[in-house]
Amino acid sequence: MDMNQYLDMFIEESKEHLQAINANLLLLENDPGNITHVKEIFRSAHTLKGMSATMGFEDMANLTHEAENVLDLIRNQKLMITSDIMDVIFQSVDLIEGMVIDITEGGDGSADVSGPVKKLRAIVAGEFTAESEVAAASAVAIEEEAPAEEQIVAGEQDLDDYALMVLKQSKELGNNLMWITVTLNDNCLLKAARSYMVFDQLESLGEVIKTKPTVEDIENERFETSFEIAYVTMHPADKIRSAILNISEIQDVKIDPIGLKEAQSPVPAVVEKVETAAPVKKEPDAQQAPVRKQAAGGKTIRVDIDRLDILMNLFSELVIDRGRLEQLAREIGKSELQETVEHMSRISGDLQNIILTMRMVPVEQVFNRFPRMIRDLQKDLNKKVNLEIIGAETELDRTVIDEIGDPLNHLLRNSLDHGIESPADRKNAGKPEEGTIVLRAFHSGNHVFIEVKDDGAGINKDRVLKKAIERGIVNPAAADSLTDKQIHELLFAAGFSTAEVISDISGRGVGLDVVKSKIESLGGSVGVESVRGQGTTFLIQLPLTLSIISAMLVQVQDEKYAVPLSSIIETAVFRKDQIMMAHRQKVIDFRGRVVPLVSLQDIFQVPVSDSVQDDEEVAVIIVRKGEKMAGLVVDSFIGQQEIVLKSLGKYLVNVFAISGATILGDGQVALIIDCNALIK
Amino acid sequence: MLEHKEIVGEVKVIVFRLKDEEYGVEVGQVKSIEKLEHITRVPRTPKFVKGVINLRGVVTPIIDLRNRFELEESVYSESTRIIIVAVGELEVGLIVDAANDVIDIAVDAIEPPPEVVGGVEAAYLRGVAKLDKRLLILLNLDKVLSTEEIKQLDAIEG
Repeated sequence: MDMNQYLDMFIEESKEHLQAINANLLLLENDPGNITHVKEIFRSAHTLKGMSATMGFEDMANLTHEAENVLDLIRNQKLMITSDIMDVIFQSVDLIEGMVIDITEGGDGSADVSGPVKKLRAIVAGEFTAESEVAAASAVAIEEEAPAEEQIVAGEQDLDDYALMVLKQSKELGNNLMWITVTLNDNCLLKAARSYMVFDQLESLGEVIKTKPTVEDIENERFETSFEIAYVTMHPADKIRSAILNISEIQDVKIDPIGLKEAQSPVPAVVEKVETAAPVKKEPDAQQAPVRKQAAGGKTIRVDIDRLDILMNLFSELVIDRGRLEQLAREIGKSELQETVEHMSRISGDLQNIILTMRMVPVEQVFNRFPRMIRDLQKDLNKKVNLEIIGAETELDRTVIDEIGDPLNHLLRNSLDHGIESPADRKNAGKPEEGTIVLRAFHSGNHVFIEVKDDGAGINKDRVLKKAIERGIVNPAAADSLTDKQIHELLFAAGFSTAEVISDISGRGVGLDVVKSKIESLGGSVGVESVRGQGTTFLIQLPLTLSIISAMLVQVQDEKYAVPLSSIIETAVFRKDQIMMAHRQKVIDFRGRVVPLVSLQDIFQVPVSDSVQDDEEVAVIIVRKGEKMAGLVVDSFIGQQEIVLKSLGKYLVNVFAISGATILGDGQVALIIDCNALIK
Repeated sequence: MLEHKEIVGEVKVIVFRLKDEEYGVEVGQVKSIEKLEHITRVPRTPKFVKGVINLRGVVTPIIDLRNRFELEESVYSESTRIIIVAVGELEVGLIVDAANDVIDIAVDAIEPPPEVVGGVEAAYLRGVAKLDKRLLILLNLDKVLSTEEIKQLDAIEG
């Protein structure tokens, strides 16, 4: 069978489920008594098992199967969670993650799972012999407030008496009992997938008690075309029938009521069985809520990201033509044409917004992997840290999301390694032993900010200075005149690393300068603030999108340049006599601040053209980089426009003060000015 | 056997003129030949980088080959052409005086380049082909488009 077409879907969904498992495992670790987390984990593990078996990844299926057995015991309160068990489960999840990565890279997803499998089996077996009675007894007490749910697994074990018992109980509660025979089309390609969908449907409407053949056999496609299910539901048979027939490639559904005359409940088992069976009858209420929620959130489709990129590229072409049309319409000056063009511009503006938002993804995707990293890291470092994530729903362009993971990872590791003190030190300093790192994302204007804040020791200025002098980054003579802020900025200097001992965590030869250059390559910026003894905050500023930006077009002699609106504070016109000199540098007084002037004509060595005559006034664009400002002197402002960012290509790299190019309405190329490079 | 040899033994090249010499680049490396259009100057780049053009939506850098080979400059004319070549991931336009011919050259007619041909350093050349009365200089584009040199120039100027 050709599985390739399902492989992408499998990989995507596996990643999602693994993410869900990881998140819930962490929740569970903090709140071990909460069975809802276990249920979530179980559900994801179960889906993973089914999918991997269908796709033929045997090792993954085996491992998830064993993990599922352990989880089953936990959620049925037959097994208490210990940190040892958690570790084994985490280990298994890591292994599964490795397999998914292997599959993504074209591997066959095989791995040695015997270790974890053995451990998982030992957990299951050990608990069965030693503690089953205790567990059964304790289950009675707990299950009233926390009804455990029972899924397909019930049918997996050969529990004939048990099944009958359940059926009998359900009947008494007014449920319909039925024996369903589902027959698939002869030419059905994905028998396991179809039968999984059948189970999924059935579980949303009632409870599967038993299957023939077993669920495992069905999932591994070890059946001809039909399988049978013992089923309990509140709904009438017709509804069940139509629900199943809604699934494609189903040939026939036969539903027979189950008579319970033959149900002779074995007396000796009654006491215990009743206890275990009790949760089952409550299951439909317990499970219906999440299922409905799923349906509501399910109004989405998966689109290949390449297609979105193509759409974006095509739209960029349209934006360029729009600019051209607008210009032509102005030149021709016919009002009907202008109206039409204006209307088209408005519509394409709306279209642009939709396309851009379509590419937006919550930063959650990136943030999700950090709790796990922090958990592992604090064990290695013997520190206690609580990671608080705020604003994970904040959205960013996908291209930015893809790139931002590593820099954030680095900053978090840095905070944990250098920022947060050891528990003993913290106690001495009168702080709680457990440190806090806050990872916060929020929107502001055309930017998204991401903040990494710790309540650790703060930056040791003297040590930073000393190191900077040692490394030759700062001239010892100039060191005294540096402000606190300038000293903090030294952390981002190339070749700087404050870790006294090069550790595995953040001293791998790459420093914060890599973080800085990465973020700047995304058109963003990063800054740091720190109060000694109270903590350090890194603030990253990122543009919302990287493909279409608003820019101010300016003219310098015969050349046109684009200045991104995001770095412009204001445009202004000054008389020549308002320009002053300070230290052989032209400056102006802008709202009470002295702002240095930068002449684009000089910086870019623009050839002088005859057509531009000398004016009494100069046009200035005030731009900023963080706290600093500069005034760019141009000849005239052309106007504000949406421009499409294009790269200069691989041949021209690292052009000074130019971040890219765009194509104007007249088909010519205009260069985009990188204001950050112009402000020192 | 004879036919086979003929296919292997010939290369198709695009012939262009630079000053008084004729040069050739392999057809496989040429994407298109364009007329001269508006070039946007890119400041602070080496002198032979004339700027960038909009080539059907792609911003493409343009090199003046006369400048590149340190030949004397000339005014662009009606016959001036831009040959768009692709080498690996690079796509660059070369300004030449004229481009007007496609010919087949037998591989055995190609000789290693002499030290200096028409003032162009041998390192930029793949060889010289003799055809009847014409002498065709074959360019080594990898070398001509090497970005190493741009970086070095940057370092010197910066």
